Amino acid sequence: MYPETLKYTKEHEWAAIDGRRVRVGITDYAQRELGDVVYVELPKVGATVERDGRMAVVESVKAVSDVYAPVSGTVVEVNEALQDSPELINKDPYGEGWLCVIEASNPDEFALLLSAADYRAIIGETGSSGG
Amino acid sequence: MFEFAGWWMPVQYTGIVEEHRAVRERAGLFDLSHMGHLVVEGPDAAPALDALVTFDVGAQAVGQARYTVMCLPGGGIVDDLVVYREGPERFRLVVNAACREKDRAWVEQHLAGWQATLSDLTGDVALIAVQGPRAQELLMPLTRGLDLDALGFFRFAEAEVAGIRATVSRTGYTGEDGFELFVQATDAERLWDALMERGASVGAVPVGLGARDTLRLEARYPLYGHDIDETTTPLEAGLAWVVDFDKKDFIGRHALVQQREAGPLRRLVGFVLEERGVPREGYALLDPESGRKLGTVTSGTLSPTLQRGIGMGYVAAGAAEPGRLLGVDVRGRSLPARIVKGSFVPIRTRSRTGTRKRPDQATG
Repeated sequence: MYPETLKYTKEHEWAAIDGRRVRVGITDYAQRELGDVVYVELPKVGATVERDGRMAVVESVKAVSDVYAPVSGTVVEVNEALQDSPELINKDPYGEGWLCVIEASNPDEFALLLSAADYRAIIGETGSSGG
Repeated sequence: MFEFAGWWMPVQYTGIVEEHRAVRERAGLFDLSHMGHLVVEGPDAAPALDALVTFDVGAQAVGQARYTVMCLPGGGIVDDLVVYREGPERFRLVVNAACREKDRAWVEQHLAGWQATLSDLTGDVALIAVQGPRAQELLMPLTRGLDLDALGFFRFAEAEVAGIRATVSRTGYTGEDGFELFVQATDAERLWDALMERGASVGAVPVGLGARDTLRLEARYPLYGHDIDETTTPLEAGLAWVVDFDKKDFIGRHALVQQREAGPLRRLVGFVLEERGVPREGYALLDPESGRKLGTVTSGTLSPTLQRGIGMGYVAAGAAEPGRLLGVDVRGRSLPARIVKGSFVPIRTRSRTGTRKRPDQATG
């Protein structure tokens, strides 16, 4: 469950790069570890985020988890649907469960992101991308 | 899996919210074999125990269970527990797993001079709870030798469940009707499998510690080590109803009488967040106007039933009245929270005589 088309961080975020626009969410591994997500604190549109800086908070019944920005830039879109339906993160972490879109200020940072294979190695999953 | 008081226990089987809803709507099975089981017996068992707990043991019938606390001389709570009177001279104490060693030492110390002995059956006894509106329907066809429908709330009796000798108790920690089954540990797996198999017909699911916590919190039952401990008294914790002040004496009585007269300085309140957010243990409770700290959250969660943040915490007695607005400091933001009276969701347990509550009494 780690699409090859996405980039990843060791903090369990995924990033879908489209030019300078980077759509961000948390990985399938992260949503499974957290369990039922019940609350999401999103950044504000227009907020400036720094790579590896806290960008959002995802809370499950049992745990509070910070989400870090995979790249530096400006938040240009947030997934408002998560306010009423935080469970979208569990149901569809790479689709409807996206968190926000960052307009990257420094595309050189893209090279620092992990491939699906690198990420799978970090979480101890090897083999096919079937997850 | 998660280690709790030396036991490996699942936080969840399929998902906390799903398990929680199953118990509110249908039924759930809980393996609670980690709970401590202490037995006090002997000719002096009743008077010896009476000196330790806050209810009148002399008035307890055989077959009756009582929720109670043991207090320190200063009124702080050693543990909260359920005392089952199994015979005129035999009592079973079901205590918190994390308190078992402490409780055993505390009880043993106070049995000195009495003709009563203490044995620790934890490990030999398994406890499986069946909770939820369909718990009785699940259990009935498996049960022989006991009319479950006639078993009142906080009453227990011997029976055969799925061919296994069990003590069946109409008790629980969820706010729903339900039962707790005590069996020999060696029979536990067989009983669990039989309950799971039969449970499929009513939509029962296994429930882990995560949903156990959200269920008890919605019912506003305190959890030892979080909402109550040795530094809190039953009067501060809203547990005055378990203290029988007509009793001549019990450990802590003097301090509790004084506190009752003076009025506790702080109280455990329940609150509901008025905005989105999840209160958590350790978060500060604030005065919403001045931002001054009033107390600390002792338990909190997002209520799966209400879809709102709920919690408990201690505040100064003057700031504890229902309806009052507090702030909960969630990562530096003060979220408004309203103090509420009573449980967060309707309590739907049976009456003491075993009859179903009328719909207008069970407001849910």
